[in-house]
Amino acid sequence: MAVTVRFFASLREQVGSGDLLLDVADTTTVVQVWHQAVGDKPLPANTLMAVNMEYAGEETPVHDGDEVAFFPPVTGGSHGC
Amino acid sequence: MAVEVRTTVFDPWQELARFQGEMAGNRGKYGATCVFVGSMRDFNEGDTVRSMFLEHYPQMTEIHLESICREAARRWELLDTLIIHRVGEIRPDDSIVLVAAWSAHRSEAFGAARYLIEELKSRAPFWKKEYLQEGTRWVESNTPVS
Repeated sequence: MAVTVRFFASLREQVGSGDLLLDVADTTTVVQVWHQAVGDKPLPANTLMAVNMEYAGEETPVHDGDEVAFFPPVTGGSHGC
Repeated sequence: MAVEVRTTVFDPWQELARFQGEMAGNRGKYGATCVFVGSMRDFNEGDTVRSMFLEHYPQMTEIHLESICREAARRWELLDTLIIHRVGEIRPDDSIVLVAAWSAHRSEAFGAARYLIEELKSRAPFWKKEYLQEGTRWVESNTPVS
Protein backbone atom coordinates (compact mmCIF):
# COMPACT_ATOMS: atom_id res chain seq x y z
CA MET A 1 0.00 0.00 0.00
CA ALA A 2 1.10 3.59 -0.55
CA VAL A 3 1.64 6.27 2.09
CA THR A 4 2.86 9.84 1.86
CA VAL A 5 5.60 10.73 4.33
CA ARG A 6 6.30 14.34 5.29
CA PHE A 7 9.03 15.93 7.40
CA PHE A 8 8.94 19.49 8.72
CA ALA A 9 11.32 22.13 10.11
CA SER A 10 14.62 20.98 11.70
CA LEU A 11 13.70 17.33 11.21
CA ARG A 12 13.37 17.85 7.44
CA GLU A 13 16.87 19.34 7.43
CA GLN A 14 18.27 16.45 9.52
CA VAL A 15 16.65 13.82 7.34
CA GLY A 16 17.52 15.72 4.17
CA SER A 17 14.15 14.99 2.62
CA GLY A 18 10.79 16.70 2.21
CA ASP A 19 7.84 14.65 1.01
CA LEU A 20 8.14 10.99 0.00
CA LEU A 21 5.74 8.49 -1.47
CA LEU A 22 6.45 5.07 0.04
CA ASP A 23 5.20 1.59 -0.74
CA VAL A 24 4.80 -0.15 2.65
CA ALA A 25 3.53 -3.51 3.96
CA ASP A 26 -0.19 -3.83 4.73
CA THR A 27 0.30 -3.89 8.51
CA THR A 28 2.58 -0.99 9.23
CA THR A 29 2.95 1.42 12.15
CA VAL A 30 4.18 4.98 12.26
CA VAL A 31 7.63 4.00 13.58
CA GLN A 32 7.97 1.39 10.81
CA VAL A 33 7.20 4.09 8.26
CA TRP A 34 9.98 6.19 9.82
CA HIS A 35 12.52 3.40 9.42
CA GLN A 36 11.44 2.60 5.91
CA ALA A 37 11.81 6.28 5.01
CA VAL A 38 15.11 7.08 6.75
CA GLY A 39 16.77 3.70 7.42
CA ASP A 40 18.46 2.79 10.71
CA LYS A 41 18.52 6.33 12.12
CA PRO A 42 16.55 6.21 15.41
CA LEU A 43 13.48 8.39 15.82
CA PRO A 44 14.67 11.44 17.85
CA ALA A 45 13.16 11.34 21.36
CA ASN A 46 11.13 14.55 21.10
CA THR A 47 9.70 13.91 17.63
CA LEU A 48 5.98 14.53 17.15
CA MET A 49 4.04 12.35 14.72
CA ALA A 50 0.77 12.78 12.88
CA VAL A 51 -1.36 10.53 10.71
CA ASN A 52 -3.73 12.38 8.39
CA MET A 53 -2.98 15.58 10.36
CA GLU A 54 -4.04 14.16 13.75
CA TYR A 55 -1.37 13.59 16.41
CA ALA A 56 -0.32 9.94 16.59
CA GLY A 57 2.15 7.68 18.38
CA GLU A 58 4.91 5.36 17.23
CA GLU A 59 2.57 2.37 17.27
CA THR A 60 -0.37 4.02 15.52
CA PRO A 61 -1.38 1.83 12.56
CA VAL A 62 -1.07 3.29 9.09
CA HIS A 63 -3.48 2.56 6.22
CA ASP A 64 -3.37 2.81 2.45
CA GLY A 65 -3.38 6.43 1.29
CA ASP A 66 -2.50 7.88 4.71
CA GLU A 67 -0.28 10.92 5.16
CA VAL A 68 2.30 10.33 7.90
CA ALA A 69 4.23 13.35 9.22
CA PHE A 70 7.24 13.71 11.52
CA PHE A 71 8.25 17.02 13.09
CA PRO A 72 10.00 18.61 16.10
CA PRO A 73 8.15 20.21 19.05
CA VAL A 74 5.95 23.06 17.85
CA THR A 75 6.83 26.69 18.62
CA GLY A 76 3.95 28.88 17.48
CA GLY A 77 2.90 32.24 18.87
CA SER A 78 5.47 34.89 19.71
CA HIS A 79 8.66 34.30 21.70
CA GLY A 80 7.46 36.10 24.74
CA CYS A 81 3.94 34.74 25.02
CA MET B 1 -15.42 31.79 15.00
CA ALA B 2 -12.65 32.49 12.53
CA VAL B 3 -9.16 31.09 12.04
CA GLU B 4 -6.74 32.53 9.51
CA VAL B 5 -3.13 31.86 8.54
CA ARG B 6 -1.52 34.90 6.89
CA THR B 7 1.55 35.07 4.69
CA THR B 8 1.85 38.87 4.79
CA VAL B 9 2.03 41.60 7.45
CA PHE B 10 -1.26 42.26 9.25
CA ASP B 11 -2.44 44.97 11.63
CA PRO B 12 -4.14 43.22 14.58
CA TRP B 13 -6.10 46.34 15.58
CA GLN B 14 -7.55 46.80 12.10
CA GLU B 15 -8.39 43.10 12.01
CA LEU B 16 -10.18 43.36 15.36
CA ALA B 17 -12.17 46.37 14.22
CA ARG B 18 -13.12 44.62 10.98
CA PHE B 19 -14.10 41.36 12.68
CA GLN B 20 -16.06 43.04 15.44
CA GLY B 21 -17.77 45.23 12.85
CA GLU B 22 -19.03 42.08 11.13
CA MET B 23 -20.41 40.59 14.36
CA ALA B 24 -23.76 42.27 13.75
CA GLY B 25 -25.77 39.56 15.50
CA ASN B 26 -23.77 40.00 18.71
CA ARG B 27 -23.91 43.80 18.90
CA GLY B 28 -25.06 44.79 22.37
CA LYS B 29 -24.49 41.25 23.67
CA TYR B 30 -20.77 41.18 24.40
CA GLY B 31 -19.63 42.93 27.55
CA ALA B 32 -16.04 41.69 27.40
CA THR B 33 -13.46 41.36 24.65
CA CYS B 34 -10.12 39.85 25.62
CA VAL B 35 -7.29 40.27 23.13
CA PHE B 36 -3.78 38.88 22.99
CA VAL B 37 -1.27 40.08 20.39
CA GLY B 38 2.14 38.42 20.09
CA SER B 39 4.82 40.37 18.22
CA MET B 40 8.30 39.57 17.04
CA ARG B 41 11.16 40.68 19.30
CA ASP B 42 14.57 41.63 17.96
CA PHE B 43 16.32 39.55 20.63
CA ASN B 44 16.15 36.00 21.97
CA GLU B 45 18.39 34.12 24.40
CA GLY B 46 20.87 37.01 24.46
CA ASP B 47 21.23 37.26 20.68
CA THR B 48 20.04 39.85 18.19
CA VAL B 49 17.49 38.31 15.85
CA ARG B 50 17.33 39.94 12.41
CA SER B 51 14.29 38.06 11.15
CA MET B 52 12.45 34.77 11.46
CA PHE B 53 10.95 32.24 9.13
CA LEU B 54 7.77 30.73 10.48
CA GLU B 55 7.04 27.37 8.91
CA HIS B 56 3.76 25.51 9.33
CA TYR B 57 1.96 22.36 8.24
CA PRO B 58 -0.73 23.66 5.87
CA GLN B 59 -4.21 22.29 6.63
CA MET B 60 -3.11 20.59 9.86
CA THR B 61 -2.62 24.09 11.28
CA GLU B 62 -6.15 25.16 10.43
CA ILE B 63 -7.64 21.85 11.64
CA HIS B 64 -6.03 22.26 15.06
CA LEU B 65 -6.73 25.98 15.43
CA GLU B 66 -10.40 25.30 14.68
CA SER B 67 -10.43 22.41 17.14
CA ILE B 68 -8.93 24.66 19.85
CA CYS B 69 -11.65 27.28 19.20
CA ARG B 70 -14.39 24.63 19.41
CA GLU B 71 -12.97 23.33 22.69
CA ALA B 72 -12.85 26.89 24.10
CA ALA B 73 -16.51 27.35 23.13
CA ARG B 74 -17.37 24.17 25.07
CA ARG B 75 -15.51 25.33 28.19
CA TRP B 76 -16.60 28.98 28.32
CA GLU B 77 -19.70 30.91 27.34
CA LEU B 78 -18.42 32.72 24.28
CA LEU B 79 -20.07 34.82 21.62
CA ASP B 80 -17.15 34.56 19.19
CA THR B 81 -13.42 33.91 18.82
CA LEU B 82 -10.77 35.00 16.32
CA ILE B 83 -7.27 33.66 15.70
CA ILE B 84 -4.89 35.09 13.07
CA HIS B 85 -1.36 33.68 12.82
CA ARG B 86 1.47 34.76 10.52
CA VAL B 87 3.72 32.39 8.59
CA GLY B 88 6.67 33.01 6.27
CA GLU B 89 9.33 35.68 6.70
CA ILE B 90 8.72 37.85 9.76
CA ARG B 91 10.62 40.96 10.86
CA PRO B 92 10.99 42.57 14.32
CA ASP B 93 7.84 44.38 15.44
CA ASP B 94 5.60 42.41 13.04
CA SER B 95 2.55 40.90 14.69
CA ILE B 96 2.83 37.13 14.79
CA VAL B 97 -0.43 36.12 16.40
CA LEU B 98 -3.77 37.67 17.32
CA VAL B 99 -6.18 35.88 19.64
CA ALA B 100 -9.50 37.39 20.70
CA ALA B 101 -12.50 36.13 22.64
CA TRP B 102 -15.85 37.86 23.02
CA SER B 103 -18.20 37.08 25.88
CA ALA B 104 -20.88 38.65 28.01
CA HIS B 105 -18.51 38.61 31.00
CA ARG B 106 -14.80 39.21 31.53
CA SER B 107 -13.99 35.98 33.37
CA GLU B 108 -15.16 33.93 30.36
CA ALA B 109 -13.29 36.14 27.87
CA PHE B 110 -10.05 36.11 29.91
CA GLY B 111 -10.20 32.35 30.44
CA ALA B 112 -10.89 31.58 26.81
CA ALA B 113 -8.24 33.93 25.40
CA ARG B 114 -5.60 32.48 27.74
CA TYR B 115 -6.63 28.96 26.76
CA LEU B 116 -6.55 29.76 23.02
CA ILE B 117 -2.98 31.10 23.07
CA GLU B 118 -1.61 28.39 25.36
CA GLU B 119 -3.21 25.58 23.35
CA LEU B 120 -2.07 27.15 20.09
CA LYS B 121 1.50 27.14 21.37
CA SER B 122 1.38 23.52 22.44
CA ARG B 123 -0.67 21.98 19.60
CA ALA B 124 -0.64 24.02 16.40
CA PRO B 125 2.13 22.88 14.00
CA PHE B 126 4.27 26.02 13.65
CA TRP B 127 8.06 26.18 13.81
CA LYS B 128 10.37 29.21 14.04
CA LYS B 129 13.76 29.56 12.44
CA GLU B 130 15.73 32.60 13.59
CA TYR B 131 18.15 34.54 11.40
CA LEU B 132 20.85 35.92 13.70
CA GLN B 133 23.77 38.27 12.98
CA GLU B 134 25.69 35.14 12.10
CA GLY B 135 23.87 32.02 11.03
CA THR B 136 20.45 30.60 11.71
CA ARG B 137 18.88 28.40 14.39
CA TRP B 138 15.57 26.64 14.97
CA VAL B 139 13.71 27.60 18.14
CA GLU B 140 13.42 24.28 19.95
CA SER B 141 10.92 25.06 22.70
CA ASN B 142 8.39 27.62 23.87
CA THR B 143 8.98 30.20 26.57
CA PRO B 144 7.48 28.99 29.87
CA VAL B 145 4.36 30.89 30.93
CA SER B 146 6.00 32.20 34.12
